Amino acid sequence: MASTTALTGKKHIWDGGTEPYGASYGKLMMWFFLLSDAFSFSALLLAYAALRFSAPSWPVPDDVFAAIPFVHGNHFPLVFVGIMTFILIASSVTMVLAVEAGHRGAKNEVVKWMIWTIIGGIAFLSCQAWEWTHLHHDGAWWGSNPFANADGTPGMVNFTNLFFTITGFHGFHVFSGVLLNVIVLFMTMAGVFDRRGTYETIEKVGLYWHFVDLVWVFVFTFFYLI
Amino acid sequence: MSHETASFQKKDIMRVFWVLTAITAVEFIIALAIPSSFMSKDIKNFLYIALTILKAFYIVAYFMHLKFEKINLIYSILLPLVFIIGVIAALMNESNYWSIVR
Repeated sequence: MASTTALTGKKHIWDGGTEPYGASYGKLMMWFFLLSDAFSFSALLLAYAALRFSAPSWPVPDDVFAAIPFVHGNHFPLVFVGIMTFILIASSVTMVLAVEAGHRGAKNEVVKWMIWTIIGGIAFLSCQAWEWTHLHHDGAWWGSNPFANADGTPGMVNFTNLFFTITGFHGFHVFSGVLLNVIVLFMTMAGVFDRRGTYETIEKVGLYWHFVDLVWVFVFTFFYLI
Repeated sequence: MSHETASFQKKDIMRVFWVLTAITAVEFIIALAIPSSFMSKDIKNFLYIALTILKAFYIVAYFMHLKFEKINLIYSILLPLVFIIGVIAALMNESNYWSIVR
């Protein structure tokens, strides 16, 4: 970070050789990518909000998302999605711990926390796969909605369209995140970052991973709570 | 910004983790334990969104470390988000129209 202190005169800040934002090119571009991704997700979630609140009636989330694996019956609202939320927050924590270990150059700790983060990501994806399978068995898919609206009329098809599109888009992000995590795990084990002298790549991938967690916080609220 | 790098230790990480877990727990209590006769769905929805934004703040500020970045980076990321408010306003207007013509 020594180069960031070389801001001598205002005229020279943008002349190159310095980091005007106090962040490397890669980290800055990761932030800008995440900003654009935030717009993608807000477009999807706001389209959902607009379609939902202009609809005369809508299925009740507590009735739709009320099953958990290996247990019979359909009367556990929010339990399964609560577990999924907890898994993702926990994997975000293990990611910060990996970044923190990277700052100290503690390779073995980075490896340990990255493995836990990857396990968390895979666990989340498995939960989502189960939930999708369960809903699909009930007859829910793009273009078909077996769940009646709150007022008893046939369910709005947009409910399942939006659910599968938005959780699918988010799940795809989680999947990409797991891939990136696996790649940097192997790079760490191969000693790439030790040779580079910096573990900043862990930080960049970590930014992406936290963003995935951030999006889930919003998806959780808008699909399952409201 | 003298504490730029060494500002976020393990115990801070765990503290943020417990804050996020506690906020989620509060959301569950509102959803499952408080009857709708006591608290209307509108108030509940308002609380859900407020708590979600609070959680987002903790994730972005601490986990993504934005709070400890340079001020111009913070503004570069946060200010463009006002466009989202524009979309919210446009879609509220639009969805109001949809529900009238439906």
